[in-house]
Formats: sequence, C-alpha cells, structure tokens
Amino acid sequence: MNDATVHQEPSYLGAPYGLAAWLLTKDHKRIAILYLISITIFFAIGAGFAATIRAELVTPQGDLVTADLYNKLFTLHGVVMIFFFLIPSIPAVLGNFFIPIMIGAKDLAFPRINLLSWYIYVIGAVITLSVVISGGLDTGWTFYAPFSSISSNTDVTTAAVGVFITGFSSILTGFNFIVTVHRMRAPGMTWFRLPLFVWANYATSLIFILGTPVVAITVLLVAAERGLHLGIFDPRIGGDPVLFQHLFWFYSHPAVYIMILPGMGVISELVANVSRKQIFGYSFVAFSSIAIAIIGFLVWGHHMFVSSQSIYAGLVFSIITMLVAVPSAVKTFNWTATMYRGSITWDSPLFWVLGFMGLFLVGGLTGLFLGTMGLDVHLHDTYFVVAHFHYIMVGGGVTAFLGGLHFYWPKMTGRMYSEPLAKVSAMLVFFGFNLTFFPQFILGYMGMPRRYHAYPPEFQVLNVMSTGGAMVLGTGYFLILIYLLYSLFKGPKAPANPWGATGLEWQLQSPPITHNFHEIPVVTEEAYDYLHAPAPQLAIPASPREVTHE
Amino acid sequence: MSSSLPLFPLSASTVSGEVDTLFFFILGVSAFFAILVSALMLYFTFKYRSKKAGDAGADIHGSLTLELIWTGIPFILAMVMFVWGAQLFFTMAKPPADAMDIFVVGKQWMWKVQHPEGVREINEMHVPINRPVRLTLGSEDVIHDFFIPAFRVKMDVVPGRLTTMWFTATTVGEYHIFCGQYCGTRHSGMIGTVVAMMPDDYEAWLAGGRTTGSAVQNGERLFTDLSCITCHKADSSGRGPTLGGVFGSTVQLNDGRRILADENYLRESIMTPQAKVVQGFQPIMPTFQGLVSEENLMQLIAYVKTLKPAETAPVPVKK
Repeated sequence: MNDATVHQEPSYLGAPYGLAAWLLTKDHKRIAILYLISITIFFAIGAGFAATIRAELVTPQGDLVTADLYNKLFTLHGVVMIFFFLIPSIPAVLGNFFIPIMIGAKDLAFPRINLLSWYIYVIGAVITLSVVISGGLDTGWTFYAPFSSISSNTDVTTAAVGVFITGFSSILTGFNFIVTVHRMRAPGMTWFRLPLFVWANYATSLIFILGTPVVAITVLLVAAERGLHLGIFDPRIGGDPVLFQHLFWFYSHPAVYIMILPGMGVISELVANVSRKQIFGYSFVAFSSIAIAIIGFLVWGHHMFVSSQSIYAGLVFSIITMLVAVPSAVKTFNWTATMYRGSITWDSPLFWVLGFMGLFLVGGLTGLFLGTMGLDVHLHDTYFVVAHFHYIMVGGGVTAFLGGLHFYWPKMTGRMYSEPLAKVSAMLVFFGFNLTFFPQFILGYMGMPRRYHAYPPEFQVLNVMSTGGAMVLGTGYFLILIYLLYSLFKGPKAPANPWGATGLEWQLQSPPITHNFHEIPVVTEEAYDYLHAPAPQLAIPASPREVTHE
Repeated sequence: MSSSLPLFPLSASTVSGEVDTLFFFILGVSAFFAILVSALMLYFTFKYRSKKAGDAGADIHGSLTLELIWTGIPFILAMVMFVWGAQLFFTMAKPPADAMDIFVVGKQWMWKVQHPEGVREINEMHVPINRPVRLTLGSEDVIHDFFIPAFRVKMDVVPGRLTTMWFTATTVGEYHIFCGQYCGTRHSGMIGTVVAMMPDDYEAWLAGGRTTGSAVQNGERLFTDLSCITCHKADSSGRGPTLGGVFGSTVQLNDGRRILADENYLRESIMTPQAKVVQGFQPIMPTFQGLVSEENLMQLIAYVKTLKPAETAPVPVKK
C-alpha cells in the first residue's frame, strides 16, 4: 500500500480540466470541493455580519448602524451561518469526500443526485441572499411568527422560499448517505468496522431526512400567511403563534445535532489517530450518535419553557433534555479514555482535538443550565443562550470541521501546510473563541437579552472584551485561510499517509484517483487497528523516486 | 450586591436567591467535570507522549464497567438537576392566592402597566415589597417577553392569549425591565424600570396617581357601553349565559367538552366567541376583535371576575 506514495497516478484533481468539467462532475470528491469553496464564501459573508455586530456592541448606544440594519445583520448572520455554512459543512464537504472512500466504494450511491444537491443548495442560498438587495430580512434566523408573518417590513417571503429550497439539498444528501452506507460497503466492511465518522454522518442523515421537511413546510406556512393571509400563526385571523414555535423547533433543535454530530465523528477519528490507539468503547460511541439523533427529536419544547406552553409539557421536555446530555457525556469520557496509555503524537491534529474538547465541554455543560426549567426562566433569550450555542456550534462544530479539514487536507489536495502555523492558529482560535464568548455567559446571567442593538452601560466592559476576542478569533480563521491557500501552490507534496492513520482513505494515494479504488478492497480488520498502522510521515522521504510526479 | 463590579445581577425577589443557589449547584457540577476531563486529557497528552514515531498505544478496547459508571453518574446528576429545576419552576408558575394584580400590555415598542386601582404608567412599574404581585400579560401585536433580571423571572407576552407571572420583591430599589423576545426595530428600546417601594410609599404613590377609575369600574362601564349586558343578564333571561360566578367554574360546552373558565377562556369568548359555545345557547355572539384593546379586555375580565353567582347585575337595564 505504501507504494502509492511513489507511483503517482493522475488524481481526481487533474483531467478532465476546465470549469465545465468541474461544474458537471459526478465525482463525490469534486462535489466536496465545490461545497468547500461555497461554504468558505458563505462563512466569510457570515463572519462579516458578525464583525459588524461586534463593532456595534462596543458602545452601549446604538451608534454604528441603525436599529433596523442591526436587526438585519444578526438575522442574516444566523441564516447564512446555519443554513449555508454549518449544516452543510462537515457532511457535505468531509462526508461527501470520505464516506465512499471509508467504506470502500467508488462513489456515492447516486452521483447525479449528489451534484443536484449542490445546485439546489447554491440556488437556495442565492435566492435567500438576494434579500440583501430586496429589503433585507429582520426576523432573526428563527422566523418567529406572528412577527415574521404580519409585522416585519422586510422580504421574508423570498428568504422563506430560499430556505425552503435549500432544505431539499439536505434531504437529498442525507438520503444519498443512508443508501450508500447500507448498500455500498466493501466486502468485509461490517457495520461495526465502520469508522465512527461514518456512524456520525449516518445519524446526521436521519435527522436531515426526518427533520428538514418540517422546517421547510413551516417557513412556507409563514410565507403563505404573509402572502395569502391564511390564518395559521396570527391569532387575529384564527392562528396560533405558539404552534409556529413547536413546528420550528421540531426541526431546529435536531438541527443543532446536525451541526455537532458530524463534528463528534471527526473528533473520534482524530482522537484515535493522535492517541495511536483503538477508540475506547467503539460501540458506545457509535450508538451514542444514534441515541442523540433519536432523543434529539423529543426535546424541542425546551426552547419554550416561558412561551406559555403547558407546564406539564415543559416537564416532559426538560427530563428528555437531561437524558440527551448523557450520550454526549459518554462520548466525552470515551475520548478521554482513548488517550489513556496512548502514544500521543504532538502534530497539529492534537491541537484541534484539545481545542474541541475544551470548547465542547463548556458548551455541553452549559446546556444543563438551560435544560433546568427553574433556571431557564432567567436565562432564556439572554446572552447565556448565545454563548451556549456558539460554544456548541462554533467551538464544537467549527473547531471539529477545521480539525477535520487539517487532518484530511493532505489527502484532499495532495499538499502539506505549515505545521507550526497550524498549531499557532489552533491556539489563536481557542483563546480568541473563549475571549469572545465566555464573557457572554456572564452577560447572560446578568440579564442582557440577546438581539439588543443598544444596552445599559453596566454591560459595556464585558461586551468590549467579547469584541476584542472576536478580533483574535477572526485573525485565527484568516491565518488558516492564508496558509491553506498557500499550501495549494507552494506546499510540499503530501505522502499517502502523513499521520500514520488507519482506514481505507489512507491507503490511497494523495490525492486519490477519480474512481478511488482500482479494485474494491476487502476489509479484514476492525477500525482503528493502530497496532498495525504505519508510522506518521509528514513529508515524502527524500529518495530518487520521489520526483516522478506527473 | 453592589453594581460597581458588574459580574453578577442584583438579587431582589423571593425566588432570586433560590435560582442563584441552583445556578451555583449546576456551576459546581459543571466545573468539576470540565476540570476533571480537561486535566485528564492534558495529563495524558504529556504523560503518554509518543516516544518513537510509529509506536502504537496500549491494546485497550473498552470497559463495560467504566461505561456503566460514566453513563450512570451523569444520569443521576442530570435527574437531580431536573427535579430541583422543575420544583423551582412550579413555584414560579403558581402565584399565591393572595397576590395583588397588575395588568401589563406589550406593544411595539412599549410596556403599558395598569394597576387595579386605575393608575397607569408606561415603561415603569411601581410595586410594593414583601407582597406577591401577579402580572397578567397581553400583547397588542407580536410576541414580547417581560423580563426582570433582578427578580429572575420572565414570561412571554403572546398575542391572542393572556399569560401570567408573579414575584415578590424583597428589596427597595429600581430594576431593569427588558423585552426578552425579539419584536422588531426598537426591541432593545422596549425596556423599563420596576420601582420596588416600601408598602406605605406604594400606597402613597398610588393615591397620588391620576386615575380614570379602577380596572373593575372601567370594566363595568365597558360592559354597558359595549352592550354586553343586553344579552348577559344577571338572571337567566338573556340570550347569552349569565356571567355571575362563571370565573373559576367549570363550563359545559355544546360540543360536550367541559372546561375551566379562566382568564384565557373569558378572553377567547370575547374575541372569538364561536370557538367555545356554552351548552344551551346559540352561537350568535359577534366578535369584539378590533373593538376592544388588550387593556379594555383586561378591564372587562377584571369586572367579570367580580360578578358573584345569583347576584343582580349592578346596572339594571330595561328595554
């Protein structure tokens, strides 16, 4: 298998060349790259909105932007980051690229549908973002009715149509992944030999398929009430505003798990690799993903403890919320135990693992505060909630995505990036993130409500700290963009298996050939068999044969 | 308690201390686990640093005992938090029987407060300390949320229904009122002040306030002005059911359901009368939507709540 490093064949990145060949590709790896480029653009747009929000909040007065513009900024920040960056990030980029390879397949089950997913995603995103020139959107990403249906003067209908369309992209991707995992595993690749990344994406796909239709219909109902005055949510025409919240959170709470479950999958791969050890409690980690996906569908009412829903309904939602914390705790303990008596490599993936763990711990544990009814009354809709979900979705989700991107970058691009810069940026992201969002927990407990354009002066010091942290965080993210782009042109060529990792993906050359495998492999080992893994090899060893590329 | 070091909110109600205790309990548990896991990971990172490239870690696959332990302990702790939090929530959700009433209406973007005695204020709410206060909340437009951080209480203010919350202030002072639920352009301007006063000061303040009659008096006037009284007579001769003693009673509907006549039932019966029709009556009552404001509604309800069974209506009307 190590021969792949020396006898390079033309990779998927090469022929056929040209824009048309890329835009009409059915290769899951190229589609993953298309997604990577798209989500990077949307991340940059969403980050721009965030930067403006943080700049506004430096002073208590609303003085940098108007109240209306501020409301549009945080709305689009949420919409873009959630629907067009976080939800597709790990599944559509790393999942698309690696699920077929990890299970020993030449592509996903439905390559054309895979390409269709990307087009639907782009069309939905463009339609949604077109509101920027047609009046903006000021409903918050939560689209709460009846504000969104009768009160907002912005272009809610267009945004709703855009989000509705984008939903089909998720549904098709989930459907594709599920069929692929069921039908296309290589001989010997049993369910319990699957990498945990595949389990996590499988669980995520269940949520895509079961949850997305509900939110798609919900936003369409908002548009229908706005345009056709159907009485669905507005009580003046016979609707029920609390019904909207039930429908919306039925999807949008599981959607949080869409944003973190794939990250948990990435971290399982990385923890095993940096520890050079079988993952501790494989089946517990695998089934906890499924448990989270299922139980996660039954907790939506914890967003509604003070919405006037029945207090007995609140009881049920609170206890199930507490239950869903358990599988996340189980995963965390298993990752920690994996490192016990490992052989820890201090390459850049370790830094992402540790960063993820620190941030995810805080994010997960603060969920306990919010699931506790008597405490949530005070914390609901304050900055405590903002801090909590950023710790989960950005501290957990984005850090895992970046960890995965760094881990798989050599495989995807065939290039190595600067290890020292990667370590520095991982630390910048960790410290910048904490400085940005930890003060927001304190602000929240002090009572500062979210979505406030102006605020009482006693909240200023913590807000200034938060904005300072955001600058550090932004620098970290920007640094990553720079050295990864630089590596594409000037980075050293990557060996087949730089991290000395297990798994079929590391037996292919870097970058892989278009059809991944010449022959479908036969799998004879369990996942993470590090007792027989090769040593890490961050550069291609100097040898006369090395210069044979192309 | 000083606000000069702004890291912790003022605590000024009977429940705020209990909320803080629960907060510190969960904070303690969380800090313990966060530090435990982080410390272990860092310790392992240094202790088991790879000696030679390619060395594998120990051949360990898992341990059922450990899995049971670290499933069981978090489960038990989570259940403790659940029970504790639920108990506290039930305390916060059930106002004491002797609570005084204040009516609050939210609209884009202001709070209108009305005391039972008739005094009204905007974006301010004067309350006596050491006396339970029950707020009845309504919205003129979209969802708002009435949030008093120093009291650790908050409740959504939902159009189309009335919601309630309660608190007992314990310390004289002025505290923030925030709108917690995003409601449009001036959401962050929909703020106000609770002024908690000594009971005597509160009485003096009430006496000095201008009033156009108490809530009940206003409700009684509306009951006549809107001709409610034409059909809802004190005896059973009206075309609508008599309202004496209806509040708090169980009503038999013509579709067979039996429901409790609470504030929301009264509100719905005025705004959408066809939704629930009392057994034995025709669905002939017109809607009053658009004719009565949320404040008027609260006055009408305050009045209806005072009607006793078999009592003659205070204003006799004859054809």
